[in-house]
Amino acid sequence: MSPAPSDALTLGSPALALRPLPAGRPAFVRRFSNLLLIVASGASALIVMTPLVLIIGELLVRGLPGMSLGFFVHMPAPVGEPGGGMANAIVGTGILVGLGLVLALPIGVGTGVYLAEHGNGPLGSTVRYLADVLSGVPSIVIGVATYGLVVVTLGHFSALAGGVALGLLMIPTLARSTEEVVRLVPASYRQAALALGAPKWKVTQAVVLPAARAGIVTATLLALARAAGETAPLLFTALGNRFWSTAIERPIGSLPVMIYDYARAPYADWNRQAWAGALVLLILVTVVSALLRLTARRIR
Amino acid sequence: MPKPGPSDAGASGTTRGTAPSRVALSMQDFSLSYGTRPALQHVDLEIPDHSVTAIIGPSGCGKSTLLRTFNRMNDLIPGVRVSGTARFGAIDVYASGTDVVELRRRVGMVFQRPNPFPKSIFENVAFGLRMLGVRKRRELEGRVEQSLQHASLWNEVKDRLHGSALQLSGGQQQRLCIARCLAVEPEVILMDEPASALDPTATARVEELVLGLKERYTLVVVTHNMQQAARISDRTAFMLEGKLVEFDETRRLFTSPRQKLTEDYITGRFG
Repeated sequence: MSPAPSDALTLGSPALALRPLPAGRPAFVRRFSNLLLIVASGASALIVMTPLVLIIGELLVRGLPGMSLGFFVHMPAPVGEPGGGMANAIVGTGILVGLGLVLALPIGVGTGVYLAEHGNGPLGSTVRYLADVLSGVPSIVIGVATYGLVVVTLGHFSALAGGVALGLLMIPTLARSTEEVVRLVPASYRQAALALGAPKWKVTQAVVLPAARAGIVTATLLALARAAGETAPLLFTALGNRFWSTAIERPIGSLPVMIYDYARAPYADWNRQAWAGALVLLILVTVVSALLRLTARRIR
Repeated sequence: MPKPGPSDAGASGTTRGTAPSRVALSMQDFSLSYGTRPALQHVDLEIPDHSVTAIIGPSGCGKSTLLRTFNRMNDLIPGVRVSGTARFGAIDVYASGTDVVELRRRVGMVFQRPNPFPKSIFENVAFGLRMLGVRKRRELEGRVEQSLQHASLWNEVKDRLHGSALQLSGGQQQRLCIARCLAVEPEVILMDEPASALDPTATARVEELVLGLKERYTLVVVTHNMQQAARISDRTAFMLEGKLVEFDETRRLFTSPRQKLTEDYITGRFG
C-alpha cells in the first residue's frame, strides 16, 4: 500500500532519503476499533452505575412508605405503637458529625498545610506515613480505641466519645486532601508574596490558604459525608439513645446506629422505619455532595 | 523630588567621570553555586542609585541568578552556596544578621510572568500595605491609588478596583504587579525579563514605565532583548557563563565594546 518511491518525501539532501512511512491501518479497521472502544467504555460506565441505581431504587421502594413528616419530628415510639420517628437520631448524627469536625478540621487542615509547606524532611515523611496508617485502620478499631481513651476515662458512653471517634476517622482524609490542594497552589503566588517582604507564615495565611479554600471546603464535605454514615465506631462510644438527648456527656442516638437496631428487630414496623432511615441517610449524603459541587463552582 | 537612596549607602562610587552617585547595589568577588554547579563566578559590580541597569547575556549565563541574589530569592532553591560579598547599600545581603524579610521589602522584584494574587485588584496592591500594618480604609485607598498611578494603571482600573485581578490583560497584570511592588515603597526594583511575556504594545508601556520610575528608584532589568537594553538602560552588564564580562555605559557598550566576547554577542555571532 505504500506509495512509489518517487512520491516519497525526502528530508534534506537526497542522500538522506528515507523509506516512506507505512500508510497505517485501513480506514474501516480504524473506525471499528474506535467503535469497539466507545462501546466497551460505555458498557463499563453502565456496569459501574448499576449497583448505585439498584440501591437507590430499592431504598426508594422500601423507604418511601415509611417516610412522612412525622418521621422527622417524632421520637421513637414504644414497640407496638404505630408511628414514631427518628428525630433524635437525625439530630444526633448532626451533633456527632459536628463534634467530629471540631476535632478534625483544625488538626486535619493544620497537618495538611504543614505537610505541604514544610513537610519535605524526615518529620514530614513520618507524619505522612502515620496519616496513611490511620486512614487504613478499620472504623470499628477506631471505635474500640476511643472506647478505651474516652469512655473508660469518663466512666460512661457519651456523644463526646462518638464525636472523637468520628473526628479520628476524618483527620487522615482531611490531612491528605488538604496537602494535595495546598500543593496545587502555584509557586508563583508564593514567590510574589515572599518578594514583597512577607514572612513565610503570612504567605501561608494570606495567600496560600485563601487560594486553597475551595479545595479544602470540598475535602471537608467529603469527609463529612463519609463520617455521617459510619456505624461501627459509634457502637462503643455514643452507644445510642432512644430518647431525646443533645447533651454531649450522655449517650446520643444516630441514624446509622438506629437503622442498625431497627433493621435487626423482629417488628415489621421497625423494619419499615429502618428502610426510611436508610433513605434519609442517602438523601443527606446526596444533599451534601450537591452542596459540595455548588460551593466548589461558586468559589471559582 | 528624587527619593533618597539606601540610607546607609557606603562607598561614594565615582564611576566613569559622571557625577558622584551613591551605590545602590554592589558585589565584591561574589560567587554562587547550586550544589556543585557554579552559577556566578567572582563577580565585581557596582550599580549606582537612581539608574536603570540592564543585564544581558545568553540563556543560562546567570542573569537571573545575579538578580535574585540581591533579594535573597535564591534561598528558595535548595543547595545554594555563596562566597564573597553582595551588598544593598552598606548592608551585607548574606550576613547572618540580615533581616531577609525587610530586605525583600526594600529590594522589590517583578517577575517574568505576571503573577497577581487571585484576589481583587485593590487587594493585590493592598496586600503589602496590610502586611506592614496599614489599617485605616482611607489611608489604604489613598496609597493604592497612588501606587496604581505610579504604575500607569490607575485610569484603566479605577472603576473596577474590586474586580478580579486575573481578568486583566497580560500587560495590565504586569503593571499591577509593579504597582503592588511600589506600594511597599522599595528602594530598588529588580525586574526579571518583565516584558518577555507581553505583546509589543504592552512591552512599550512597561519600558516607558521603567524610564519614568528611574527618578525615584534604582532599577535592574534582566533582558534577553538587546534593543530593549539599549532603549531603557543607563548602564549595561554583559554576562557569560556566570562571569561578568563587561559592564559599562549602555551607549559605549553597544557602540564600542571593550571585550571581544561582548562584541561577538551583540553582533549576533553567538547566543
